[in-house]
Amino acid sequence: MTINIHSVPDQPRPADQPVLAIDHLKVTFATDGGDVYAVKDVSLDVRPGEVLAIVGESGSGKTVTAKTILVLLPETATSGGAVLINGNNVISVSASKLRQIRGRDVAMVFQEPSTALNPVFTVGWQIAEGILAHAGGPGGKRVTAKEAKVRAIEALRKVGIPDPEHRVNYYPHQFSGGQKQRVVIAAALALNPGLIVADEPTTALDVTVQAEILELLRDLRDKYGTSIVLITHNMGVVADLADRVVVMYQGDVVEEASSRVLFAEPKQDYTRKLLAAVPHLGRNSASEGLEERAHRSSPVLVEATNLTIEYPGRLGTPAFKAVDGVSFTVSEGEVFGLVGESGSGKTTIGRAIAGLNRTTGGSLKVLGYEMLNLKERTFKPLRKDIGFVFQDPAASFNPQLTIGECVAEPMIIHTAPSPAQARKRVGELLESVQLPASYADRYPHELSGGQRQRASLARALILNPRLLIADEPTSALDVSVQAKVLELFKEIQAEFGFAALFISHDLAVVDILSQWVGVLYKGKLVEQGIGSQVMGAPQHDYTKRLIASLPVPDPDEQARRRAAHRALLAT
Amino acid sequence: MSLVPVNEPVVNPRAPFYRRLPVVSHFQKSVGLQRGMLVAGLILTAIFLLTACFAPLLAPYGYSQLSDADGNFPTQEAPGGKHLLGTTVGGYDVLSRVIWGAQTALFVIVVAVLMSVVIGVILGLVSGYIGGWLDRILVVIADAVYAFPSLLVAIVMAIVISGGQSSLIGGIFAAGTAITLVFIPQYFRVIRAETVRLKAEPFVESAKVVGASNTRIMTRHIYKNATRSLPLIFTLNASEAILILAGLGFLGFGIEPSSAAEWGYDLNKALADTTSGIWWTGLFPGVAIVLTVMGLTLVGESINDLNDPRLRGRKAAGATGGPDSSTAAQAAISADVRGI
Repeated sequence: MTINIHSVPDQPRPADQPVLAIDHLKVTFATDGGDVYAVKDVSLDVRPGEVLAIVGESGSGKTVTAKTILVLLPETATSGGAVLINGNNVISVSASKLRQIRGRDVAMVFQEPSTALNPVFTVGWQIAEGILAHAGGPGGKRVTAKEAKVRAIEALRKVGIPDPEHRVNYYPHQFSGGQKQRVVIAAALALNPGLIVADEPTTALDVTVQAEILELLRDLRDKYGTSIVLITHNMGVVADLADRVVVMYQGDVVEEASSRVLFAEPKQDYTRKLLAAVPHLGRNSASEGLEERAHRSSPVLVEATNLTIEYPGRLGTPAFKAVDGVSFTVSEGEVFGLVGESGSGKTTIGRAIAGLNRTTGGSLKVLGYEMLNLKERTFKPLRKDIGFVFQDPAASFNPQLTIGECVAEPMIIHTAPSPAQARKRVGELLESVQLPASYADRYPHELSGGQRQRASLARALILNPRLLIADEPTSALDVSVQAKVLELFKEIQAEFGFAALFISHDLAVVDILSQWVGVLYKGKLVEQGIGSQVMGAPQHDYTKRLIASLPVPDPDEQARRRAAHRALLAT
Repeated sequence: MSLVPVNEPVVNPRAPFYRRLPVVSHFQKSVGLQRGMLVAGLILTAIFLLTACFAPLLAPYGYSQLSDADGNFPTQEAPGGKHLLGTTVGGYDVLSRVIWGAQTALFVIVVAVLMSVVIGVILGLVSGYIGGWLDRILVVIADAVYAFPSLLVAIVMAIVISGGQSSLIGGIFAAGTAITLVFIPQYFRVIRAETVRLKAEPFVESAKVVGASNTRIMTRHIYKNATRSLPLIFTLNASEAILILAGLGFLGFGIEPSSAAEWGYDLNKALADTTSGIWWTGLFPGVAIVLTVMGLTLVGESINDLNDPRLRGRKAAGATGGPDSSTAAQAAISADVRGI
């Protein structure tokens, strides 16, 4: 291994000594509303060659813990306790010593590879930057730019970038999302650190790409003995990769156990609840036992025939076909699940049905109205029959209006009710989404994410629409909140009986809600059918790959699925 | 999953009304040097505003008064005695001219900034929201006005409107309109940029989906969210307005001394005095301009820093209160952080 010449540790590392030991870590942030205790008392250690997963929901302090390992906290943070990396307490070392430790002893992989790479430099330059920064330091030889580049190529080869000699001169935008994350990992590996801190390394990636990155991380551990601290909220990822798991909740460690033990017999209530909330593909399917399509005899609300939606290209480039010849129908009272990865056109279809995007070819009939050459004036009366739930509940409410005003808006526009009527109806709706009616007077930022998404559902339903479009309504929520919102959605759908187009990238979530599922891939509808049949016995190659890539929250089952996935890729 | 809430500082809508006012809420958020700068700016601005409002009571003489019961005022008299800050070559009382000048400056600020805010905000909203050719034309015009030196535009406008010299009202409006024209592009651009950004926000789309009309979306959903940065431009522009007014007066396009007191005009007339060792005619109007501009700029810059959570100073964590005292606040914040 040519890359190893540089990584001579300060002191030899005995095999059993932990690479990382965190001892009674405490982190406090100064904010406008007073001090926030992000991490209260966390102790853990990571042994050589071990993958330790820190899991928890948002606000649990897992990311803060990870950032403390590399001392990346903002100025407003105060930390106490000790973080020992190979015997050095990074919280108290000098800035120059810290710079030596970073990159050489510990490196970080960030969540969003597109923002972690600088767009104006080649990836080779960015990997070499770390190598050059450590050249000439204690224990290091002078490294010329040429040697650094050779080592950058080596690092790119390690992470499986094809043709690294050539692609080392590429810019980040010339790589796909998954490859960018590989480059980020290559940069972290360049100095062969004993420890990699990966903060949600696959959250921004599609499932199929996620499977590849997880495979890569596992390889690194197996081949080079690198320890990994994996920060994630995804229980499937944990089951796939982790040896040991630390569960955090509100700044404290709730439970620590080996991966297998934790999933099989969680000891703490919180862990049990968390695991129960994780949707598991194949369990709790809405289409369980269905033999043929439900609601076939009901009137058709949405009918797409050879629907094509193009985004105009820039000067000289052809138009981009986001949706390419898609045909499907949604009948009254039916929940149609649309799954696909990013760029598959699923959101574009949802937006086109709501009249937010224009269709460019084929036919799309919504409630009998032809959306090709849509005229807002003639479509407006139909809008009261269409509800829309957006992905991000934080952004879909006007921050200047109260929840009551926001929820009442469709009613005010279409039926011009008296203030008393509007208030009464808003109260009813809030109660049916299980929010107290008094929340009408609150402002959106005073509600939690889950509460806001319920209010968003209330707004979509206030006029009793016949069709509801839900675009990734739970993907911005924590699992335990997601589970509650999904359950609520199911109940309300049964009660109100509206038809729904449920758009999501998460197969397990779609399966819980929808009887009929369509799978989109690069703008084409590759497969559609009864949910449990599509998930259980996929026909199209892409669907097979997609389902095989999805990690399930059970280490043993996941190991089997991984083997099956490898076999599938090998064929 | 963000570590620090880097969104706009949310002023708690539950707080009493007066606490949510721009400057008051900023004052409460500030600490240390930033608070010092803000307070210094506020004091200077307050002195300016009070002087302007109570000029008739404060000034010993009228702005165009040349004599009193004891006869004509002496010319170029040194400070002291009956004329605290001396008199000018024309026999005006310097102190009175400085005090009355504050009033003229305030009038011009109010006229200029109000006109440019109203026109700039409306144009910015419409241009940003409607887009298309209207947007392109307005942006080109705004850029063209931007490209002109602001004082030159102001001079041209002053000549066009009043032939250069005029009465109090005419003069104020001439100067005001000139300044307005220079400032409209600034408001226009800021509001347009915000509108273009907000147009793509899910809450605007969700209003579209429920069938809200364009007018309703612009007035109810975009307007309030787009105008958050206005207090900042407002204060910074107010200080620039004073400088332009003084510049106009200094170049001779100001208001006649018989119509109103104007600092720039007085500075111009004091130019010849400097060589003969008469310092008081130039110094005091100059100091008035400097202090007023500094006060407004300090307020503006402090608001700018306080609006940005990354520039805003905070007390170190752990300095105040224990975990118990702030549990409620922490719960609210963790709910807030989660939502980002």
